[in-house]
Amino acid sequence: MIAGLNKVFESRVRLGIMAVLVVNDWVDHAVLKDLLQVTDGNLASHLAALDASKYVQVRKRFVGKRPNTSYKATSTGIKAFRAHLDAIDELLNKDLRQ
Amino acid sequence: MTHNEHHQDLAHIRGLMERSTRFLSLSGLSGVCAGVVALMGALLARERYDALLPGTNFPRARSMEGGADAYAGADVLDAAWDLVPLAILVLVLALAGAAWFTWRRARRMGQRLGDASAKRLAWNLAVPLVTGGLFCLAMLGHGHVALVAPATLVFYGLALLNASKYTLDEIRWLGLSEVVLGLLSTVWVGAGLLFWALGFGVLHILYGGLMWLRYESPGRDAA
Repeated sequence: MIAGLNKVFESRVRLGIMAVLVVNDWVDHAVLKDLLQVTDGNLASHLAALDASKYVQVRKRFVGKRPNTSYKATSTGIKAFRAHLDAIDELLNKDLRQ
Repeated sequence: MTHNEHHQDLAHIRGLMERSTRFLSLSGLSGVCAGVVALMGALLARERYDALLPGTNFPRARSMEGGADAYAGADVLDAAWDLVPLAILVLVLALAGAAWFTWRRARRMGQRLGDASAKRLAWNLAVPLVTGGLFCLAMLGHGHVALVAPATLVFYGLALLNASKYTLDEIRWLGLSEVVLGLLSTVWVGAGLLFWALGFGVLHILYGGLMWLRYESPGRDAA
């Protein structure tokens, strides 16, 4: 049993999304897609999962005539992400000690 | 999940944090090009001064004779204003060359010049730099020629220091070097043009060359 590891972050794409969002302010959908090298559909489904957990905030608006969707990590999301990283850290250190 | 996978996750996270905040396609050749332009500009400025103020061997001899007060002379001030178009030309050429080499490298690395990290870098560089430029014009306007060269170096160094958070680490050291050089040149105000050539010419070529060797040269280590 692994304490502290967050089920929501079991996918590498979700980890990647959070990694980008914790060090940036609002990030466009296209920028995320470019950084993570994933398809629109794949990215959208992972973002929906993070949104359902209240880990990201979604903003839809028009820039000129184009629809623009961007995302931002919520404070809950940042806390959960940090806790998850700490858990990984703990796990790897425990392994070193044994 | 195996421990190896956790290690990969962490590396993946670190890489994304780095790539999404820093503009890493800055080309060392941009620095080399800006340095060469600056050195040529300094040589032209030197000749122009010799022509405008014959026999004074500006700026060295005058300042050695009269200290910083020698700079208040109307002829010296006129000569300084006379150099503003040349200075602007040097700036435009240096920026154009820098933009071209960096655009070329960004294209190769698949990074766009208009992405968020590039914009953040440009903004963080521009605010202190434009402030410094306007401040130096104001100093010229009030006849304070002596501290213009040191001020350009100090403001440029601080601008680089500010921007270095969003690009390659070398930029921080280049910025610090410019600040130190700028402060040193306040001691020898007469040699402003020499310090200016060192800061904008030699340091750019040095750091640009170093960055090129480290990140771009064909013979560099794969690591």
